[in-house]
Amino acid sequence: MRKFVKKQSRVNLEAVKFGLLSWFLVLIIWQIISLFSKPEFFPGPWQTLQGAIELIRDGTLQQYTLISYGRILTGWTLGSLIGIPIGLLMGKVRRVRLLLEPFVNFFRFIPALVFVTLFILWLGIGEQSKIALITYTTLFVVTLNTMAGVLAIDENKFRASRSMGATEGQIIWHVIIPATVPYIFNGIRLAMGNSFMAIVGAEMLAAKEGIGYLIWTSRLYLKTDWIFVGLITLGLMGFFMDKVLTNAGSLLLKKYGVKKADSTQRSMLQQAQ
Amino acid sequence: MSKVQKNSIVIKDLFKSYDGKANENVIQEINLEIPRGEFFILLGPSGCGKSTLLNIIAGFISKSGGDFFIQNKEVRGPGKERAMVFQQPDAALFPWLNVRENVEFGLKMQKVSKVERNSISDKYLRLVGLSDHEKKLPEELSGGMKQRVQLARVLANDPEILLMDEPFGALDAQTRRTIQQELIRIWTHTKKTIIFVTHDIQEAILLGQRIGIMSKGPGSFIEAIYDITLPYPRDITAPSFNDIYRKVQSHFEGNGMAENVVNF
Repeated sequence: MRKFVKKQSRVNLEAVKFGLLSWFLVLIIWQIISLFSKPEFFPGPWQTLQGAIELIRDGTLQQYTLISYGRILTGWTLGSLIGIPIGLLMGKVRRVRLLLEPFVNFFRFIPALVFVTLFILWLGIGEQSKIALITYTTLFVVTLNTMAGVLAIDENKFRASRSMGATEGQIIWHVIIPATVPYIFNGIRLAMGNSFMAIVGAEMLAAKEGIGYLIWTSRLYLKTDWIFVGLITLGLMGFFMDKVLTNAGSLLLKKYGVKKADSTQRSMLQQAQ
Repeated sequence: MSKVQKNSIVIKDLFKSYDGKANENVIQEINLEIPRGEFFILLGPSGCGKSTLLNIIAGFISKSGGDFFIQNKEVRGPGKERAMVFQQPDAALFPWLNVRENVEFGLKMQKVSKVERNSISDKYLRLVGLSDHEKKLPEELSGGMKQRVQLARVLANDPEILLMDEPFGALDAQTRRTIQQELIRIWTHTKKTIIFVTHDIQEAILLGQRIGIMSKGPGSFIEAIYDITLPYPRDITAPSFNDIYRKVQSHFEGNGMAENVVNF
């Protein structure tokens, strides 16, 4: 029997259909579970929606979302701007790598969240401590991925460049940086994901506003529906940010090897590392 | 040679060892004089160190001892007069640059003006037959096309000496035949010195004016040098070709190297 290869548009449509089906099933199961529970314990989708409307009506949800976004974007940008040059340096200069690697490998195992206490001590409970935390997590991931990118460059590219008369400075700008772009992109994308995880913790511990703050303090009012709203908002924020990033990346950086969004499995696997 | 030719290569008693132990030489007692414009083949089984020798000539690895002069000047590193065509084009071509940009890379590094760059790359793209593909990225090209890009890129910098490390090894037989003939055509046209490494006897006789046969490693040296006086283009079915083939092949029989060498 002949097997027909599906057209790509058919494949995509199928993915969308199944995606929607999946969400639909989630809603149904959610509603069913909530029927067997109390509204303060496990609110259903309708109640959650009501809670969301409450929070939107007085502007809280919008405000908190923007604030959390602001902290993440600031910390992430700072961490990336510092991490990329350090990563490039560690990749190119063996001695720098040997010097910094044990340091990096040690701190890798300390969860970033633990540093919240120190940052609050040093920087107070204002914006700086939270931005510092995001900067810290981003710095790590971006530096390591950038370094890996430099180390992955085939030696023959350097040899070819040198025999064509390129200076070491030209090699950095015209060979190392373009070759490392997909790795840098991967690093900043992972760092963005990590930032969302870190921000919640930071805001739960020491903040007066933000999505993490919302999730944490809602329990005091037994407004579990608000907690759900916070969780869903967080998920949507992360999803949206990742989509924007990958689309922008694959559009602008296509020739450097940055491809359209990898499958969810691959990015989840990488995140676990 | 009484008069020192421009860009002639002289290698005397050259050897290379890792770890510095005398009986761990990769290559040794290498003595070669390659005049300008010669098509010289380094033929030998896999692992005999011919790539090592080529990398030393390119300046990518240092020699452990002996002399290596180009036009009476000692060589200490890579130079613009020697360009290497690598075996794996993916390792050497820049995947983020299209064909034309790759070919112009060396020129751009030398700060050649855009107009001049374009005219030079035009010329060499035409020479290797890739003018219609100038906007393509390397990933869109076949293996043979990628090697032609490498060739054009290297030629655009006008080096006197071309070093080629089994450049056609990864190509299918058909493509290899075509590109071998093209290489002869380009060599006749540009009169460059070519040092070509291969383990394929037929390729060696098809292309080279002189063939240096390297012994099996470690500690390999140049066993013999054959002068091939057949006119170009050469016919692999001609009796004269096969006479030479038999003579060259006899070097590889009986010392267990036969399995490493590609037979007709």
